[in-house]
Amino acid sequence: MSDKNLLLEVQDLKTHFHTSRGVVRAVDGVSFSVRRSRTLGVVGESGCGKSITSLSVLRLLQRPGKIIGGQILYHWQKRNGNEEIIDITALDPDGDEMRSIRGGQIAMIFQEPMTSLDPVYTVGNQIVEGINYHLKVPPAEARKMAVEMLRRVKMPEPERIFDSYPHQLSGGMRQRAMIAMALALRPSLLIADEPTTALDVTTEAQILALLRDLQREFGMAIMYITHNLGVVAEMVEEAIVMYLGKVVERAPVRNLFYDPKHPYMMALLQSIPKLGRKSRARLQAISGMVPSPFAVPPGCPFHPRCPKFMPGVCEVSEPPVTDFGGEHAVSCFLYQ
Amino acid sequence: MPDNLSQPILEVKDLKKHYPVIKGFSRRLVGFTKAVDGISFAVPAGQTLGLVGESGCGKSTAGHCIMRGIEPTSGQVIFYDRTRGPVDVVQASPDMLRHLRLNMQMVFQDPSSSLNPRMTLLDIVSEPLIVNNVARGKELQDRVADLLRVVGLLPEHMHRFPHAFSGGQRQRIAVARSLALRPQFIIADEPVSALDVSIQAQTLNLLQDLQEQFDLSYLFISHDLSVVEHVSDIVAVMYVGKLVEMAETETLYHNPLHPYTEALLSSVPNPDPDAVKNRIVLVGEVPSSSKPPSGCYFHPRCRYAKPECSQEAPALREVAPGHVVACHFAETLALRGVTAVRI
Repeated sequence: MSDKNLLLEVQDLKTHFHTSRGVVRAVDGVSFSVRRSRTLGVVGESGCGKSITSLSVLRLLQRPGKIIGGQILYHWQKRNGNEEIIDITALDPDGDEMRSIRGGQIAMIFQEPMTSLDPVYTVGNQIVEGINYHLKVPPAEARKMAVEMLRRVKMPEPERIFDSYPHQLSGGMRQRAMIAMALALRPSLLIADEPTTALDVTTEAQILALLRDLQREFGMAIMYITHNLGVVAEMVEEAIVMYLGKVVERAPVRNLFYDPKHPYMMALLQSIPKLGRKSRARLQAISGMVPSPFAVPPGCPFHPRCPKFMPGVCEVSEPPVTDFGGEHAVSCFLYQ
Repeated sequence: MPDNLSQPILEVKDLKKHYPVIKGFSRRLVGFTKAVDGISFAVPAGQTLGLVGESGCGKSTAGHCIMRGIEPTSGQVIFYDRTRGPVDVVQASPDMLRHLRLNMQMVFQDPSSSLNPRMTLLDIVSEPLIVNNVARGKELQDRVADLLRVVGLLPEHMHRFPHAFSGGQRQRIAVARSLALRPQFIIADEPVSALDVSIQAQTLNLLQDLQEQFDLSYLFISHDLSVVEHVSDIVAVMYVGKLVEMAETETLYHNPLHPYTEALLSSVPNPDPDAVKNRIVLVGEVPSSSKPPSGCYFHPRCRYAKPECSQEAPALREVAPGHVVACHFAETLALRGVTAVRI
């Protein structure tokens, strides 16, 4: 892995929540890296810690969430061409440096655009706010940039949309507005947290195509968080699979789908209905449910639901990482 | 699909729900929002009809109109009741409706908002039994315990509240409640959309098992085309309040005849990285049902549209046995079905 292409390195990140009912280890020793202009998928079900990982990267965690260990190294390409490596976990979340990274270098779009846009400001107003914070430009210039950005996300009549309120737009258009806002400052990394989950399939297809076009045009890296395996197969080059705060498998997308190694990933692939292959057969469901975050099983967190559970091994200690080469690694005792 | 046409449990004929649009100080009637605009279909007994479409197409309104949770504007809903034979739900008297709803039930999308957080499992599942004077006392508890066992929950949990359960378990509670009166027919409105991938499969399997066990018929409303393909025998596609195509599942998925169905099927993300991506990305947005375009509602987004499409609305017609479609050019277009997922 050449150092030059690295953009973000997360090493052994631990984000815990100390609550009155106990400690929730939402992210518990997660490591991955994102390369420039590439797309990394983060796959997992609700509660696996995929959103908390991205909020940790942006230092947007709400109390009582706290990063208690690990490093998040951001390779910041400065204007003069020099690269500076910054450990995001060491920054003050409200400090100047973090605030210029957030939005300027790393931007984020969320699942529900209606709740992440402010209903009392126009769309244009909200895009300009970000531009004004990061760049000192005259108001007319900022407006021009915002309208141009709305045009880039293929919004019909960008001038009119600039002065519209979020409630006047449809779900797909709101997500376009969010993308325009996120990319207005040409960040190097876009974190997309389930951006199409709330949308219809035809709108989803539009947004996915748009994100791919914009990535080609702007060259930003994307960290794409989703639970939809279809979207993973279409959007990403490499993916990590998370379960209860841990990365269980990391692989290039073709390996992940054609040669999955972790029983959780295999089971997930078998449990989804496959389009075009109708049969009356039952789906192969994963038994049980995701355990409560307060009572994470010891050893491998997946062992109570695992079809390949090995008594005396899986529940005793944490599975080590086995490297299959070609960037394919898995945490499971099966391969020891 | 000859044997599918055997015996319907439900026949919907020209069902309409038009909402008046009132404007201004004098409360002038300026038009109608045609949420459901003359749809007709039949659910065969013991089978599943899948109703698909994007948000706002009227599929949920249609479901509610069938139960008369929303009063339909016009049309007929013939339900073949176990004891009373065919009854028109739309014309049914309050007494009759009360009886019919013993045999028709509904399951909703979001189990956390469709279950009362202040009621225990026992209260929730027993309510329909008490309201309809079916059981009380010890017998009631036994019935509830049975129902919970049927949907895969532990009867000893019946004194807990919904918040103590996960999303998938809550959906099981909702299913148990809908089964309490041993209905013949269940309308499931997006029953698995709010659930995680690994829980979806469990819930779909449960619905299928119950169908066999109790000889249930389902109207399965969903926007998820892979799920609908898996559960349905017949699939109907809605667009802006109208049915655009209906056929047996395999026919519809592999040999669609309406351009909207083709586009919809091609938009489903395929969990196969090497699959050929020949996705049809539709331009524009779904039109509002209060201001639909002229002619065929789909013509502004249709890549095969011809001049007559904007002038004349195509009628829904049968082009092959059991395959109905509303497109002027259904016979001449060569449309693509789904590519089967290989993994």
